[in-house]
Amino acid sequence: MQDEQGELLDQALVLAFAGPNSFTGEDVVELHMHGSIAVVSAVLRCLGAGSARMADPGEFTRRALDNDKMDLAQVEGLGDLIASETEGQRRQALRVFDGALGKKIEGWRANLIRAASLIEVTIDFADEDVPVDVSPEVQSLLGLVLDEVQVELSGFAAAERIRTGFEVAIVGPPNAGKSTLLNALAKREAAITSERAGTTRDVIEVRMDLNGYAVTLLDTAGLRDGVDEIEVIGIQRAVQRAESADLRVFLIEPGEDVPVQMGVNDIQVAPKGDTRNDGVFSVSGRTGEGIAELTDRITDALSSMTSSAGLATHARHRDAMAASLDALRMAQNCVGNGPDQYDIVAEEIRSAIRSLEALVGHIGVENLLDEIFSSFCLGK
Amino acid sequence: MKQFDVVVVGGGHAGCEAAHAAARTGANTALITMKTSDIGILSCNPAIGGLGKGHLVREIDAMDGVMGRVADASGIQFRLLNRRKGPAVQGPRAQSDRKVYQSEMLSLTRSQANLTTIEGEVVDFVMAENAVSGVMLADDTVVHGRAVVLTSGTFLRGRIHIGDVSYSGGRMGDKESSLLAQRIDAFNLPLGRLKTGTPPRLDGKTIDWDRLERQDGDETPTLFSFLSNGAPLRQVACGITHTNAQTHDIIRKNLDRSAMYGGHIDGTGPRYCPSIEDKIVRFADKDSHQIFLEPEGLDDDTVYPNGVSTSLPEDVQIDYIRSIVGLEDVKILQPGYAIEYDYVDPCVLDADLSLRSVPGLFLAGQINGTTGYEEAAAQGLVAGLNAARTASGKAPIYFKRDQSYIGVMIDDLTTRGVTEPYRMFTSRAEFRLSLRADNADQRLTPLGLEVGCVGAEREKAFDDKMERLETGRSLMTSHSYTPKEVAAVGIKINQDGTKRTPFQLLAFPDVSLEDVVGLHEDLGALPKDVGEQLAREALYANYIERQRKDVERLRKDESYAIPADFTYDEVSGLSAELTAKLERVRPSDLAQAGRIDGMTPAALALLLGRIRYLEKKTA
Repeated sequence: MQDEQGELLDQALVLAFAGPNSFTGEDVVELHMHGSIAVVSAVLRCLGAGSARMADPGEFTRRALDNDKMDLAQVEGLGDLIASETEGQRRQALRVFDGALGKKIEGWRANLIRAASLIEVTIDFADEDVPVDVSPEVQSLLGLVLDEVQVELSGFAAAERIRTGFEVAIVGPPNAGKSTLLNALAKREAAITSERAGTTRDVIEVRMDLNGYAVTLLDTAGLRDGVDEIEVIGIQRAVQRAESADLRVFLIEPGEDVPVQMGVNDIQVAPKGDTRNDGVFSVSGRTGEGIAELTDRITDALSSMTSSAGLATHARHRDAMAASLDALRMAQNCVGNGPDQYDIVAEEIRSAIRSLEALVGHIGVENLLDEIFSSFCLGK
Repeated sequence: MKQFDVVVVGGGHAGCEAAHAAARTGANTALITMKTSDIGILSCNPAIGGLGKGHLVREIDAMDGVMGRVADASGIQFRLLNRRKGPAVQGPRAQSDRKVYQSEMLSLTRSQANLTTIEGEVVDFVMAENAVSGVMLADDTVVHGRAVVLTSGTFLRGRIHIGDVSYSGGRMGDKESSLLAQRIDAFNLPLGRLKTGTPPRLDGKTIDWDRLERQDGDETPTLFSFLSNGAPLRQVACGITHTNAQTHDIIRKNLDRSAMYGGHIDGTGPRYCPSIEDKIVRFADKDSHQIFLEPEGLDDDTVYPNGVSTSLPEDVQIDYIRSIVGLEDVKILQPGYAIEYDYVDPCVLDADLSLRSVPGLFLAGQINGTTGYEEAAAQGLVAGLNAARTASGKAPIYFKRDQSYIGVMIDDLTTRGVTEPYRMFTSRAEFRLSLRADNADQRLTPLGLEVGCVGAEREKAFDDKMERLETGRSLMTSHSYTPKEVAAVGIKINQDGTKRTPFQLLAFPDVSLEDVVGLHEDLGALPKDVGEQLAREALYANYIERQRKDVERLRKDESYAIPADFTYDEVSGLSAELTAKLERVRPSDLAQAGRIDGMTPAALALLLGRIRYLEKKTA
């Protein structure tokens, strides 16, 4: 790498990516230099002599979007991929980055444009030889898309959890060893432990990677009648947070009652596993007894909760899909009411398509007319 | 030498509407046509209106234009298309008596104040620097105009094809405008080639009508003009017949002799108006196609067989036509033919239909790549009004997509250009539920009054109607009824305790006007037309409210004007492809830029950034 006068700046690896197959779709050159401050500034000085400037944050991705190399959802997927901390997040982000959501929407869109074109053909070419009753095909196309959007939507909560992480709360009576268990799972001293009941008062949160799942573990105050005002508040808070968590681990003796509702996926485990041999599934934070099995049980529960995870991972995706679902249901009803409501059907399908496309791009009426003309013989 | 404010070249549908519109606003206007007898000629099928097209005619009429009135006066069969579908997609259509249409248009043109008809062939433009300031005729007469509207139809390098025979001409029997074409070349406009076709014309006396299916018009005609109150002419029926296997065989065997399939035509034809050759090739599995036999007039035996346009040689036309039921002994009066002609890429036009690169010159009709009388007339209206405004130094008026089909068409043309002859469809209008044929006057007559193209008669009729509608509307919205009261008059409704006005009740698809009039005697006393109009409004009220939000978003984007001298090269990050598209269209605002094919949200963000930067710099 030489400057304009031919003086050697550094030995470099230079990679050229020719458009349109580069990341941005434009011609791109990468200079791999020895990264000292002096080398970088010398090279920048040479480049800056022309019209070069530093890229804005995210500019390469924005150019990729602008040059149609990626859609909006893929950009989000890339963002998620870069931010991913766990294996589950990486896999999910990669699917979206790979364009899986865009492909799915493209499929729905094609079906909806087909449905809209069937409706439009009966409207705009009423006077011509066109299929008489289009409603069976329209109903089946709408039904198909509706079912699939519904499935994606129901997997949203799980997918969002994979992206943002699950909350798992440890609940149980005081001095059961909840904080010790949390520290054992986190493999560090995150919570203060002592022999005194009621040591933990506030909710302690520890973020960790549990077998590939992003999990925020919550250590809560021991559930009992509080001895002072501060502990009473702590216990109230513990109950609230435990109930709103995605999963709860009950560290209790068999048959013991605590004021938190147990959900279907929740796990019950007995405390003080190092000192008992009654065959009950138990755990000891101090010796590590049962920790591996508990970890497996937690991730099994999370895995069953995420088996339905869809490609919709952001609230924006959910809102757009929910809006299109409303429109599709309305369209289905109106198709059933016969041709005098086809104008409404068309409007609802248009609105459904627009909602879905807001995720990735636009619709043009030409798409609709193309579909019409490619399939029907029209024209007097 | 003659001096006018506005000079309109061409007396077809675009030219007539342009000349009348300019004259109505008070501009001293000249209409120049090769033959006065050709004013208002229906060159193709003898019908006006249809889906989308009927909307355009109503809108022209709302601006006090002439097409609707002439179509009503010459109509011999009226049908409201999509009668059984929602009012937003119903389109009035009429068969016209060809001769009466022409004579009515001619007489309206002669009686229009400020309008002079000149017979002559325009061969050149008169230029003042780089602006057009008039035209020169073949006999060297110079006609000066502050603005010129060119509506040359298919006459620019028009070429007629019948089989392997072809000759230059703008219409069967009329010569093309070749000198003018050369002059237009000098403007360096992007030109393209389109084609259209017509079927052979048949002698009705030789058709065996008794063996054919009949198609009658509506019992009560739905007229075009808000001012008309009846169809004056006797009403007739059309016939219906079909092509058959033998017809298709004849055509298939002779395909290589068709101008189109023999490789004589380069222009692109419309997909929605294919020739019979096209239909048989593209839809090989269909063994029959419908043909409408449309009488061309009450005292004219000519019949227009709608559905079999062709560029096959004459002898083949005779063979295939005579293979059709009812036409076995038919006589062909004039063979069908295809015509190729030049058009100007409409992206070089502003939304007032003026050429950006040639001040003072407006284009309207087929020269802009459209097909159809109604599309041409609507453009004529826009160009005529704006030419008159230019002549008097006023700012242009624009028609918006959310306001009219006219606005949809002009925006489509100037933003997207055309790849085939452009025809109006209701599906092109994203605000279709509010842009109805029934409310064209409510949407546009106020604009017409504002720009001064609406006469006193229509103004009064409009004001009266609005007043009656307002009275009716307040009756329908001022009082709410409990579900019990509603059920008492026989309307099935949820007993959900919600009180509803008659207007709200009418928004339920299964509640009709007849159902709600029982709620109060005043509702029963509403005039029929007022009740029906309000029922149509009520039906879509919820959707129109939803669309209003879309319109607001649109307005916001429209508020970001892109300066006329904006340089797209200077927007960094904009791809070369999009830069080229933006240069071609030169959108007036961000909303229009967003409608350009292939535009991305990210590119719009770049444009917005640049617009804001420029605003800050000049502020």
